[in-house]
Amino acid sequence: MSSIGTGYDLSASQFSPDGRVFQVEYAMKAVENSGTIIGLKAKDGVILAAEKLILSKLHETGTNRRIFNIDTHIGMAVSGLIADARQIVEIARKEAAAYRTKYGTKIPVKFLNDRVSMYIHAYTLYSAIRPYGCSVILSSFDNDEPEMYTIDPSGVSFGFHGCATGKAKQSAKTEIEKLKLGNYTCKELVKEAAKIIYTVHDELKDKNFELELSWVCKDSKGVHEKVPDSVYSDAEKAAKQAMEADSESDTEDM
Amino acid sequence: MNMGNDWMDAAHSTGTSIMAAEFDGGVVIGADSRTTTGAYIANRVTDKLTKVTDHIYCCRSGSAADTQAIADIVSYHLNFHGMELGEEPPVEVGAAVFKELCYNYRDSLMAGILVAGWDKLKGGQIYSIPIGGMCVRQNVSIGGSGSSYVYGYVDANFKPKMSKEDCVKFVTNTLALAMSRDGSSGGVVRLGIITEKGIERRVILGTDLPKFYED
Repeated sequence: MSSIGTGYDLSASQFSPDGRVFQVEYAMKAVENSGTIIGLKAKDGVILAAEKLILSKLHETGTNRRIFNIDTHIGMAVSGLIADARQIVEIARKEAAAYRTKYGTKIPVKFLNDRVSMYIHAYTLYSAIRPYGCSVILSSFDNDEPEMYTIDPSGVSFGFHGCATGKAKQSAKTEIEKLKLGNYTCKELVKEAAKIIYTVHDELKDKNFELELSWVCKDSKGVHEKVPDSVYSDAEKAAKQAMEADSESDTEDM
Repeated sequence: MNMGNDWMDAAHSTGTSIMAAEFDGGVVIGADSRTTTGAYIANRVTDKLTKVTDHIYCCRSGSAADTQAIADIVSYHLNFHGMELGEEPPVEVGAAVFKELCYNYRDSLMAGILVAGWDKLKGGQIYSIPIGGMCVRQNVSIGGSGSSYVYGYVDANFKPKMSKEDCVKFVTNTLALAMSRDGSSGGVVRLGIITEKGIERRVILGTDLPKFYED
């Protein structure tokens, strides 16, 4: 531990000699310890999916969600420290509400993304505070246009057709890249989203998880919501079947 | 220092005839050009059609000072917001900002405003914001003291989705009728035609105004 950066990681307000801010990098590590979340953009909407890791069998299902409503037409999936993430959710909700009172219309997600990014970035500038330990995905379907953005703990944000953060972000991204995203409708893509979450889940390290699915699309009339129960169970079934088919072909190979 | 003349310390007011009408592809806005200080005509060639953004204009009636100040403030907010958005704000947003000011300061303002413009989401739009700070979208709207005389004419002659020139004719006629009956409206007719391409301005001089029954 006597490399050149030593001693420069105690504050977010100081660079290391090679130009890095270690506190921000550690925040990104915190994100990598949490369940995977993915976002997929379809022709007619956006899907968010989360692998919510269950730490105790005593937890009630459907609680401690990782996908939130920000405004009627905007959803947010969060990965990383859930307590930090809830604060970001609140900020985003307040921004969306403030926009409505000031301008009388729904906030464009592009604008919300800018505001929330700025806020997260501000937490990487001062010595007395630590950066947020979470990455978030914003989804929206407004004026017939699906949009999706991801924000990192550094405050950097990008627009995506498909994105993933959390534990298995690498393998999830590989799975997403296999899809031809422009060809899907939301109904079809929900199943793919569920399959990806099931495939990238590491059964050995994390035993239990709960799949969360939300969409904002034409079918939901531009409203961000949990996918309907029937769609959810169909998607979950399809994912489980795909997993079984996979493991069967594995055994044949042996 | 009142030398026996009321108008010397009365406020400039646009006792006015203003109007806006949607047509196929945009909106036509129009106004007379008289600014009065009591009975005195302070300006006979006023421009009451004020630019807010490239595609949003407002027709002002009421106190000239109040409405100019409001238009300046809204223009600032919308241009700033346009930079944040990376595109021009929708007309709906423009109307909401006007409304917010007109409602919050309703006790100290005298302003009746028509906000009109074009955006790619909803095309040509008109929002009427009368004294008190209500905001309502209308296909055609008239305002100012002269408007009372021509409600019947507007109801009888407005058709949705008129052609541009038909709409211009309709607005000109309505304003000419209002100006001939209303003592505090007059001068020339100023017009603005707002479409996707921006605004086209026209003036119809007093001598060229359409004539109706005048006895």
